Amino acid sequence: MSARGWDMPADLEKYPATIPDPASTPVPEGLRREIEAHMALYPDSRSAALPALEAAQRLHGWCSPEAIEQVACVMGVTPASLDAVATFYDMLETEPVGEHSVYVCTNISCSLRGADELYAAVRDAAGEDPAFNVRAFECLGACDIAPMASVDGAYVGPLSVEDVPRLLEDARAGREVLPEMQLARRPCADPEAGR
Amino acid sequence: MSTKLLFDRIDEPGLNTLAVYERRGGYESLRKALRMTPEDVLGELEASGLRGRGGAGFQMGKKVSFLPKGSIEKYLVCNADESEPGTFKDRELMQKSPHMLIEGIVIAAYAAGATRSFVYIRGEYVLQADILDAALKEARAKGYVGEDILGSGHSLSLLVHRGAGAYICGEETGLLDSLEGKRGNPRLKPPFPANQGLYQGPTLINNVETLSTVPAIVRMGGAEYAKLGTETSTGTKLVSVSGHVRRPGNYEIELGIPSREIVYGLAGGPPEGREVKCWFPGGSSAPVLTGAELDIPYDFDSLAKAGSMLGSGAIIVVDDSTPILDLALKVAKFYRHESCGKCTPCREGTNWTVKMLERIDCGEATPMDLEIMASVCDHIIGNCLCVLGDAMAMPISSMIAKFRDELEAHIENRRLVAA
Repeated sequence: MSARGWDMPADLEKYPATIPDPASTPVPEGLRREIEAHMALYPDSRSAALPALEAAQRLHGWCSPEAIEQVACVMGVTPASLDAVATFYDMLETEPVGEHSVYVCTNISCSLRGADELYAAVRDAAGEDPAFNVRAFECLGACDIAPMASVDGAYVGPLSVEDVPRLLEDARAGREVLPEMQLARRPCADPEAGR
Repeated sequence: MSTKLLFDRIDEPGLNTLAVYERRGGYESLRKALRMTPEDVLGELEASGLRGRGGAGFQMGKKVSFLPKGSIEKYLVCNADESEPGTFKDRELMQKSPHMLIEGIVIAAYAAGATRSFVYIRGEYVLQADILDAALKEARAKGYVGEDILGSGHSLSLLVHRGAGAYICGEETGLLDSLEGKRGNPRLKPPFPANQGLYQGPTLINNVETLSTVPAIVRMGGAEYAKLGTETSTGTKLVSVSGHVRRPGNYEIELGIPSREIVYGLAGGPPEGREVKCWFPGGSSAPVLTGAELDIPYDFDSLAKAGSMLGSGAIIVVDDSTPILDLALKVAKFYRHESCGKCTPCREGTNWTVKMLERIDCGEATPMDLEIMASVCDHIIGNCLCVLGDAMAMPISSMIAKFRDELEAHIENRRLVAA
């Protein structure tokens, strides 16, 4: 977990940042358009904070101070209000991270089936690799394929320690990860559900 | 053959598309509902006895009836932030039959008089959110969602809003704050969301499975639906079975069947040579039951009477190879991580519980620590804005009560090793 916010003292010499001035804050055109489109969907444009931060993170790789400032500028809010949001959610990164995310679920159902060993194996293989963002994650809602991981957003499982090298290779190459273990193609367990 | 309402031919190829869904009679319930008055639709929902499938088990019809009448702008929010450990039923429903959910939302909004609706889906469910967005686009193009739906004069906007990873956003008021673009901190209740929810307006919040059941209720009629299940737990329920079982997965059952039939019959029971040590009947927030309590009927009231709860319908089975301390630590650490920190009993209580459990593991604990832990749990329950803290305190208390001998032996063993 990031140490930001809780463990760092506030700089009392510094005034809190105000709403960034659009005249002096360059925002990439694509990002601006995407954020404005989200803002238009809600009765209150502030509801767009999560999709806007997600868009900025996709562009910048993480919710960097620069990314936050750009979102704040388009949304007309203070950077601090967005910082508060970004630090709350597990999927918003407040430190630079690797391009490929590997979230290993280590909650109860997965850990009962070997998730802690799996996570250790993924960490050993890619924890120091700058291309990867390896994290132990809370229940990802796929206990039927435990132990499992979400690799760049795609759910795969049940995984064993032996699958780790191929998983990382596939992710690095940008192709579908372990196609035969993708949740997307798994039939329902209920024998009477049927086709 | 048990009744399948939600999982009926769920794996039919293309069910996520409008063409296949319509061929199977999809959106006929919506047409039927729109020919009725909103009051009559609400009447069917009340007659069905349908209880919320997200965790609290509150009667859905009653919840709808709490919304104020009149022309005030009302909201419907579908809670698709499925994060309760062990729960994965909404995921399968949204992925394979997204139109059933959309149809349910439109009907429920009609009954409640809501004109704006949102699906708050957890950010991790990328595939499911993409599928929902695609289905929504089709439904809009066909006039099932939007202005003047099928010429009825009733309008409804619907938007899929993706979360960004926080268990607490499944708590209804935390969800509302998150949907408003803030940290997902729960709010003080009352006022309840039915009076002051999203953007301070009256808001109906229902789980994915609850709303997905609505088309079936309108099709069958509330009274017919109520014949399924037991008197106070009507209908069918999706159960997510996981942990130490041979066939983990989602199953649709009629409420009231013996729990053993689910754990052993459907999910195949624990692996060869192992016994069920304990099981969570409704997600990791539910007090654990032991292997000797598997004959309890699986319904809201029977499980409550046994001191636990049906919750989200997530059964996590733990066999006798797992020390109870390991389980307790996993549970406590999860809630410590997910506590939003707003209320002191939960923020501090979850942290201290983890510390005391770790103390057992390093051989620094005494049996008195179990009393302290139980008292910490007692002080959390009912003393916070939401039930996240309770959700740790209840299972931990149940483990201390039901496995005290094992925990005391664990304390003694570790003390001897440390000494």
